[in-house]
Amino acid sequence: MRDLHHFHGGMRLPGHKNESLVRDLQQASLPAQLLLPLKQHIGEYNKPLVDIGDRVRKGQVIAANPALICAPVHAPTSGTISAIAKFPVAHPSGQADTCIVIDVDGEDEAATAVLPDLQQLDAQQMVELISRAGIVGLGGAAFPTSAKLARGNMNGIDTLIINGVECEPYITCDDILMRTSAAEVLRGTGYLQRILQPRSTLIGIEDNKPEAIRAMTAALAQAGLAQTEIVAIPTIYPSGGEKQLIQILTGKEVPHGQLAFDIGLFCQNVGTCVAITRALEQDQPLISRVVTVSGDNIRQPGNWEVALGTPIRHLLELAGGYLHGTTAHLVMGGPMMGFSLASDQVPIVKASNNILVMREQTIPHSPGFHDECIRCSKCTEVCPASLLPQQLYWHARARAYDRTQEFHLFDCIECGCCSAVCPSGIPLVQYYRAAKSEIRAAQQAQVKSDRARLRFEFRERRLQLKKQQEEERRRLKRAALQQKTAKAGEDTASVADPVQAALERVKARKQALQEESS
Amino acid sequence: MTSLFVSSPYVAPANSLKRLMIQVIVALLPGTLTYAWYFGPGVLINIALACLFALMFEAAILKLRARPVMAHLGDYSAIVAAWLFALCLPMHSPWWLVLVGIGFTMIAGKHVYGGLGFNPFNPAMVGYVVLLISFPREMTTWYLPGSVSGDTLTLGESLAYSFGTADIQQWDALSSATPLDQVKTGVGQQIAISEIRLSPLFGQLAGKGWEWTSLAWFAGGLWLLVTRTIRWHIPVALLLGVMSMATLFYLADMESYASPLFHLLSGAVIIGAFFIATDPVTAATTDRGRIVYGLMIGCLIYVIRVWGGYPDGVAFAVLLANMCVPFIDYYTQPRVYGEQ
Repeated sequence: MRDLHHFHGGMRLPGHKNESLVRDLQQASLPAQLLLPLKQHIGEYNKPLVDIGDRVRKGQVIAANPALICAPVHAPTSGTISAIAKFPVAHPSGQADTCIVIDVDGEDEAATAVLPDLQQLDAQQMVELISRAGIVGLGGAAFPTSAKLARGNMNGIDTLIINGVECEPYITCDDILMRTSAAEVLRGTGYLQRILQPRSTLIGIEDNKPEAIRAMTAALAQAGLAQTEIVAIPTIYPSGGEKQLIQILTGKEVPHGQLAFDIGLFCQNVGTCVAITRALEQDQPLISRVVTVSGDNIRQPGNWEVALGTPIRHLLELAGGYLHGTTAHLVMGGPMMGFSLASDQVPIVKASNNILVMREQTIPHSPGFHDECIRCSKCTEVCPASLLPQQLYWHARARAYDRTQEFHLFDCIECGCCSAVCPSGIPLVQYYRAAKSEIRAAQQAQVKSDRARLRFEFRERRLQLKKQQEEERRRLKRAALQQKTAKAGEDTASVADPVQAALERVKARKQALQEESS
Repeated sequence: MTSLFVSSPYVAPANSLKRLMIQVIVALLPGTLTYAWYFGPGVLINIALACLFALMFEAAILKLRARPVMAHLGDYSAIVAAWLFALCLPMHSPWWLVLVGIGFTMIAGKHVYGGLGFNPFNPAMVGYVVLLISFPREMTTWYLPGSVSGDTLTLGESLAYSFGTADIQQWDALSSATPLDQVKTGVGQQIAISEIRLSPLFGQLAGKGWEWTSLAWFAGGLWLLVTRTIRWHIPVALLLGVMSMATLFYLADMESYASPLFHLLSGAVIIGAFFIATDPVTAATTDRGRIVYGLMIGCLIYVIRVWGGYPDGVAFAVLLANMCVPFIDYYTQPRVYGEQ
């Protein structure tokens, strides 16, 4: 048994996992329309490659961008492009974003798959295929996997960590994926090992998923991966956070300002492993994912394999609709770190692991009144980043943003533990999010004003220079003129006054004429 | 459809201010009852009056400040402050003394800074110190435990005294110095500790009545630790501070300095360690900071008791340490994840 380490703080939360696990993984039907946002990842925007009226086939690329940190979008099924316009998307801001709308034709006609000879591929070619398949981290961050692999390969990886922790309450999509597709998870792990050449591989799974651990252990015995170990870790939220999982499994901390691969570690989610397997073995791009639908206001919680772009409304109907009443509070993600959705029309995207359907009354509302902080430090006890949330709150509330940074505001991972234990019911994370965005806005404004100042100073210098050059030119001209007149003066000095001379010449000629005529 | 925007986490808070305060009140019960058992029902009258006045002041000030009155009254913080304040008073105090003290506790100690959470000084100690300085006679008239005098005031007699309808001279025979007073005056007159301790005021471990009351505070303090209402750092460091100072001087000269056990179980050390110094608003908030804070109070208590002008020093020590809290907190920040 491997020696496990601990991270600071954390919480034991009611799991609520069983609700969505009573049913097997189901295949979600296709809706009439799919809405595919151009950007479903962290990085650059995609540009649409199709026009309204075009017919697309399943797996066809419909939006892409050659930038490194980007993941193309593919058509999840066949159909006709009916619109490319702004629609509400799943984003904490609730803002609309450009989506490609496919009217599904129901034929599900696929583009021709090109199956590569897997044995012949080298690491770079595999990364290229993963990049073309539009794969992003499916644990929630949605960072393009190919970009992460490229960086990881540059650094040299000691330990590959496969994240099957899934520590947030209610979410079971990774659990059910490990139960049903353990072999695919491990084959994906194998491909990652071929790309990264790690010395060892650790697959971390929380010990509240005994069935997943059993399935994975059995599949590992068959897969024959070298130096690979499945590690059951204690169920403490947020052990699935990348930094926390690294700490549990290796005892290492990712140094401030660095990323995991800077210290030879590489983390990947189990769902991403399956996506990699399907991309490499079947030439299947990322066009669907497993989504959990759960919460206290959904009739039949469960897990569905859902085509990307499916409106949430469609998924809610598949899950039997609301249990109570006609409204619910919808959250994308888990109850600790997810965000509220303004509409049930927003589509499922690559990062959507869970749709939480809660009764309005179970969501703690911000009534605009909360008790004051009594500095009891319960938040400090649970903070996995070892911050002092009470001090951060004090300064964030006073808008003393430089002080919040002294207290390491940007090391906050927004896991929500501090808010969950606060006896005064202060929405602490909300204060930190606000402070962070204020600081970022101020920094951006600073960058802008710096740039404006530079531009202004440059213009001033340019004008100054121009003026100087002009003056110099004039001075030279003047000098040249002076020189010229001085020279002319020298010539004429011998003939005395030239005007006088000319007058005399005229006078002489007149005299001569008079003499001639007389 | 979901229209409101609430930010995660979407889980109901696991704690509440009210529950914390009720835990403190529950933990105060064994000590309070033991105290009343030995020293009479005057203790309970003080507490009842203090709580009543505190709620009145709190409501009035909240109203003046246009704050939600019932929401804040319902957090019981005023009750806890009043209870602790009342326990500092001599067991039979006139009602106006309680009123003046609570007035200072709630106004000067709490609301001038912005109310609960913003006050830098322990409000109960502010009220107590104001009385101690302003009304030395009333604040030093203590009474003998029933087991020494053989007589305890009845509830009726206590009430009559509290409301000024009875003459204090009537029970003059019952009033006495506290054991801490006795030691302080005795040592000042060059009397050996062993001789001072022959006085009937002293029991097995410290002062009669006081020793058992202190042990009951200790039991309540353990309850607070078990229920995780407070953490161990402040009480352990405070007791360590008092004990190490007391042991050092006791070993140096046993006839001039009282034993560590006497210091521990006399006066307000135990209640101070578990109930007063642990007021989270005014205490240090980092783990290491709380140890510094506790040690500082512990040492100051001993210094004030032995060399200061007052027989006990908990209130002054706590207020002095309160002043240092921002400084302590700043320099005892924990190492953040990923910091070298």
